[in-house]
Amino acid sequence: MSERLEKVTLESGVSVQPVYGPEDVEHIDAARDIGPPGEYPFTRGIHPEMYRTRPFTMRQYAGFGTPEETNKRFKFLIDNGQNALNVAFDLPTQMGLDSSDPMAEGEVGRVGMAVDTLADMELAFEDIPIDQISVSLTVNALALPIMAMYFVVAEKHGVSLESVRGTAQNDILKEYIGRGAWVFPVEPAVRLIGDTIEFCARQAPKYYPVSVCGYHIRESGANPVQEIAYAYAIASEYVRTGLERGLEIDDFAGRISFNFDIHGNLFEQVAKFRAARRLWARIMRDEFGAQDPRTMKMKMIAGGGGGGLTIEQPENNIVRGAYYALISALSGAQTMALCSFDEAYTIPTEKAALISLRTMQILVEEMGLRDTVDPLAGSYYVEWLTSELEQRILKEMRRVDDEWGGILNAVKDGLAQREVAHQAWQYEKGIQEGIIPKVGVNRYRMEEADHEVDLHPYRAELAEQSIQRTAQVISSRDAESVSSALDQLRQAALGGENLMPAALEAVRAYTSLGEMTAVMKEVFGEFKEPVRL
Amino acid sequence: MAGLVTDEKDLMEKKIRVLIAKPGLDGHDRGAKVVALALRDAGFEVIYTGLHQTVEEIVEAAAQEDVDVIGLSILSGAHLPIARKLNEQLSEVNFHPVVMVGGSIPSRDIQPLRDLGIDAVFPTGSQFTEIADFIRSSDKVPPEGQAA
Repeated sequence: MSERLEKVTLESGVSVQPVYGPEDVEHIDAARDIGPPGEYPFTRGIHPEMYRTRPFTMRQYAGFGTPEETNKRFKFLIDNGQNALNVAFDLPTQMGLDSSDPMAEGEVGRVGMAVDTLADMELAFEDIPIDQISVSLTVNALALPIMAMYFVVAEKHGVSLESVRGTAQNDILKEYIGRGAWVFPVEPAVRLIGDTIEFCARQAPKYYPVSVCGYHIRESGANPVQEIAYAYAIASEYVRTGLERGLEIDDFAGRISFNFDIHGNLFEQVAKFRAARRLWARIMRDEFGAQDPRTMKMKMIAGGGGGGLTIEQPENNIVRGAYYALISALSGAQTMALCSFDEAYTIPTEKAALISLRTMQILVEEMGLRDTVDPLAGSYYVEWLTSELEQRILKEMRRVDDEWGGILNAVKDGLAQREVAHQAWQYEKGIQEGIIPKVGVNRYRMEEADHEVDLHPYRAELAEQSIQRTAQVISSRDAESVSSALDQLRQAALGGENLMPAALEAVRAYTSLGEMTAVMKEVFGEFKEPVRL
Repeated sequence: MAGLVTDEKDLMEKKIRVLIAKPGLDGHDRGAKVVALALRDAGFEVIYTGLHQTVEEIVEAAAQEDVDVIGLSILSGAHLPIARKLNEQLSEVNFHPVVMVGGSIPSRDIQPLRDLGIDAVFPTGSQFTEIADFIRSSDKVPPEGQAA
């Protein structure tokens, strides 16, 4: 650590000089490329006064076990100052399986809450003021029916479709690359996203139906430049589906938001986000013809990523979380979340979730991050790096088109998947060979006692409860309505109609997620993973 | 003579065969792919199953490919029930490759996994060299370069 750094190369491949000065930013047209916050190209931030007006939203991912258990955790977080919810669903739910499905065994309620029918959603949000608290649903392949469930719950809370707010992750293309919760093949999956975009644009105009995730792509091994490039390639595809439905760009594209990953070099991350804002504004205006500035604003949740955290010396992750939160605030994120210090072990305990929340609250209240916008602007290094990264992101986007034939092709053929896997391997080699420093792992290692971390326990009896409740719901619902609703769903799927109306009907009749998914699998088939090492 | 040379060449090229598998619904495959690539780089022949495999599918693939080693990558916390099931099914078909488990495995579960018949556990933080060395040193694996 005490030797001079002879060569510094960032994850994105940029070489860093020891000193930056005025000559390094001479080529940058400040008026055109930087500009004031709240004005095109929004490099400095999407609002004129950013956190001075309102701090970033804190939205920790939460959910496990039964809806009742999740409801309790929601209330705990809200009581402790969290102002928005991000709902975690268990894997069976994410994969469209009911809790009783054989493939669901051992997984019910493990990494999120189990939702089989509307009854579960109703319980999850009991006594939660969803007219005041923004709710994000982390679901992808089955986003359409889960959104339908949420819309019906909102109705029951007195919130109409026209006023319902919130967001669904609903980004299937990143699943194929880096998260793995895919079900249907690429084309029908993208069509479903088109359905949600169209439905929301016309009937639920305050809802944000898609959150494009560079996050998971980076977590799978992509470097920061690729994270943005692939996310924008993906977002562009979704924008195209909206346009294909006859929507005007300004009618819907402004409600596509982004989910990005923070770990690693502080300045690289901040510059990445500034470049990303500028680039998205340019893409929306120049490529897609947007005229409303709101469409051009790149809205994001930028979260402290698990990829930077370690299993060794887990308390170090509390510190990393604080640094990542700082980066997020310096980067002008609208919403922030942090992976908790026990990330490598299990889903967060109450204590770990609370520490993450307090980390963000201390940042907001004590550290001056609200005082002024984009405080790093004008820094020779940061402006130079912002422009440098923008160029590299553009280059990588072109590569996706020129070398891979576009992101849809890349995903179907496993090209993007292979790229990130190879990067991940190189990175891991760098860690294991001690070239990429990681405190506690290859620097300052300690003989540790069996990691004494208070783990979140998995409770199998909660799985049983889910299964029982669903059986109850099934036995007391009107079978005719369900059968007819499933027929409608099938017809809509076969006929290329928007599935949302049929899904809403099915949900109201307490059709289960598994039943709806089975119909969709019947019509759409299932994705065949292109395994390429 | 020609036959002998051919045989020797075949023997020299015989690599240890490893199946890396992702059982269950979890879609996080970075670890599985990274280990697969590292083991391939270390001279093993590696087959990766892809996501969402049932234990039945893993056993079938392993037997069909006649692998020497099965490596399960499990991050969901369901490693004990999966390990139990895998060993039961391997016994049923009387196929006994080396079985190793990697992923999010708390230290307190390592011995229970060994007791279930898992040959080695490589939790997060394990080194590639550890895994490769373990495979090469295992009694159940034919030495490279020679047919079993």
